[in-house]
Amino acid sequence: MLAIRNLSIAFPGSGGPVRVVDDVSVEVGRGESLGIVGESGSGKSMLSLATIGLLPKSARTSGEILLEGKNILTMSERALCAVRGRRIGMIFQEPMTALNPAMSAGQQIAEGIRLHRRIGRAEARAEALRLLDRVRIPDPARRIDSYPHEMSGGQRQRVGIAIALALKPDLLIADEPTTALDVTVQKEILDILDELVADLGLSLILISHDLGVIARSTDRTLVMCRGRAVEEGPTETVLRHPTAPYTRDLIAALPRRARAGLAEEPHAAAGGAR
Amino acid sequence: MTGPLLSIENLTRDYALRGKGGATRTLRAVDGVSLDVGAGSIFAVVGESGCGKSTLARIVMALDRPTSGTVRLGGDDLFALTPKALARKRRDFQMVFQDPYGSLNPRHSVGRIVAEPLHLLDDAPRGRERAALVARALEDVGLPGNAAERFPHEFSGGQRQRIAIARALITHPKLVVADEAVSALDLSIQAQILRLILSLRDRHGLTVLFITHNIGVVDEIADRVGVMQAGRLVETGTVREVLDHPREAYTRTLLAAEPTLAALGQRRRRV
Amino acid sequence: MTALAKVPGAVVRLRRGWRPGSGALLVGGILTACLVGIALLSLVWTPEDPARMRILQKLKGPLVSGLLGTDHLGRDVASMLMRGAFNSLTTAFAAVAVGAVLGTLAGVAAAAGPKCDAVLMRICDALFALPPILSAIMLGALLGPGALTAIVAIGVFMIPVFARVTRGAAMQIWAREYIMAARMAGKGPVRITAEHVLPNIAGQVIVQVTIQLAMAILTEAGLSFLGLGLPPPAPTWGRMLAESQTYLLQAPHLALAPGLAIAAAVLGLNLLGDGLAVRLDPRRRQAS
Repeated sequence: MLAIRNLSIAFPGSGGPVRVVDDVSVEVGRGESLGIVGESGSGKSMLSLATIGLLPKSARTSGEILLEGKNILTMSERALCAVRGRRIGMIFQEPMTALNPAMSAGQQIAEGIRLHRRIGRAEARAEALRLLDRVRIPDPARRIDSYPHEMSGGQRQRVGIAIALALKPDLLIADEPTTALDVTVQKEILDILDELVADLGLSLILISHDLGVIARSTDRTLVMCRGRAVEEGPTETVLRHPTAPYTRDLIAALPRRARAGLAEEPHAAAGGAR
Repeated sequence: MTGPLLSIENLTRDYALRGKGGATRTLRAVDGVSLDVGAGSIFAVVGESGCGKSTLARIVMALDRPTSGTVRLGGDDLFALTPKALARKRRDFQMVFQDPYGSLNPRHSVGRIVAEPLHLLDDAPRGRERAALVARALEDVGLPGNAAERFPHEFSGGQRQRIAIARALITHPKLVVADEAVSALDLSIQAQILRLILSLRDRHGLTVLFITHNIGVVDEIADRVGVMQAGRLVETGTVREVLDHPREAYTRTLLAAEPTLAALGQRRRRV
Repeated sequence: MTALAKVPGAVVRLRRGWRPGSGALLVGGILTACLVGIALLSLVWTPEDPARMRILQKLKGPLVSGLLGTDHLGRDVASMLMRGAFNSLTTAFAAVAVGAVLGTLAGVAAAAGPKCDAVLMRICDALFALPPILSAIMLGALLGPGALTAIVAIGVFMIPVFARVTRGAAMQIWAREYIMAARMAGKGPVRITAEHVLPNIAGQVIVQVTIQLAMAILTEAGLSFLGLGLPPPAPTWGRMLAESQTYLLQAPHLALAPGLAIAAAVLGLNLLGDGLAVRLDPRRRQAS
């Protein structure tokens, strides 16, 4: 489905180019969910921006990002527009900034549908209603006419997911989709994402700093540190039997409760918390 | 001193909200909260956004006034004190904030930032003595003493949070309120800051009111915990009681929602 | 304008460590420095006495008599322009100083206390409703035309401009956590404003000063043009323009000289303001 091969991303800096992603290779299969985990500055967000062709103009890239054989890095802007939305949907961390405050939820979902498919207004609205139901917004018939500021953070994120789903993409990229949300809401949003992968056969790239989130929602995990891929494999293997010292440190830094599921305490290079 | 260091009794805070058509309604941000924090202990208040935990912190820090109820620190009712007496009392309680980027004035040197609460002391040392005090405070939180001459943007998030802790401790307060003090930090840095707070408690007998949304952090750092929901303290007890044997349904919901590695391997089965 | 905008870009690439806004800063700085230099020079030296009339030499073209020719009374245009720069600049500086000081004080006071806020902002709304030309005409009727009239009229008009800008900027600072930390240190609003708010909004105020100086020079020229500025024989750019009208076809240089001087001054100050806005932005400064 998606294959990233030897991807490097660099930005010009005062002391020569600064590499934010360094020779990363990873693949996502159909119906598979890939977790990308790392601390701030690990380059995980740059990787996701590159995948939808939204890197800042000053970025220099090498390697390739193949979406069913076609390299996204060399695509024209016009071709990229077709890929964004229709092939790859994006879910952002802060839905408030990703939504248009002047449009109702239904309008924003319908806008995307009508942009890519020739269907009538009423039909698009019906589709929007169906999508709101799909992301389990309570009382969708009423919520469809709500504006972003009238909704809670969790509801806004559901609308964000519905917008991403509107174009029936094959791949969803979710960049820290629950970081701004309460844990109980986070659970609901992750449940929805799990369901989409299972029911619709979508592929998912879930970017998170939270190993607990990665553990519950992904099949495979890529651990990133300072732009490099330090470890990659099935999530359970990576977290139960980490080979890279950095992964072990990450697990050791988790609060005790969060690493409760592990049979043995990881051997951290620098010692765990307390 | 006998009894708890911090004693909050029946604390309520209402805010007037202007609704549609100019009609006002009141929002009860904190609703009849009572809790005691013993000297030298760490009490965590855990809850989701909008539960009133930050309002509670602001009132305990006398940055806001309650609608009713009392806050006693070392026996003194903070809101019965005269403004002058309250200003004198402030040396006994300080605060560490969430955002290590927003809580330090970018135009002030670290030394000036850390020394700011010395304003509260009538007999604050000046000159070389003051510089030595600041250097010691910085070393106390694991920073080099010469950090005082540098500026906040030269430091990482974790180091900045150490600077903020040094500032909170410079007047040797009895109580420190930490409002989501580790939430903005990377996990490895978060663990370091938690260890620092624990060691400061052990070395200086510090009392900490720790406001957080993260149950994992509560488990790491607190002795006692209060679970807050919609302005009310729904469950209070020792960390072991509340986290291992929760009595309230809300506490159980909160605990169940926490993402942990226990979820490993359950995914395939669910799907 | 486009030509000017291109020049700095070319210079830029030659130098290392070039930062955004430097082009505007360089060109604006040079233009403004020239302007101030010429204005100061006119106090000690001008090619001719700017008030000296030589009727026989009237309406001579540039380089025929003096650098920029003579006007309808035979006065040396270059000398008038130099002294005019001083007169225009001092009036503009004084007016902006009034506006900046009072406006900034009102702005930070409004940000510090909600009670002040409502009152001060309503006063600003009222002041905003007075266009400077109209209030200068009214003031001129009261005080008689002169420098004071121009300064008060322009300065009062600028108070709400500065108040708005500083209030907005100061409110953002008040929302920061380090303000809470300062309150925890027992500091009151006046002290917090002096120690934390003002230093963090100084950049924005300075930028506003340069932009408003350009505004003030334009407005002062307008007032002089209408005869509400400095009384004759003191030369001002605005009155030079006004007097040139009659001879526009015979001696176009009489209008061109002050016109270009005004344009150059306004452009220079605006570029300086833009450049400073970029340079003084702490986020960009930290990034470099």
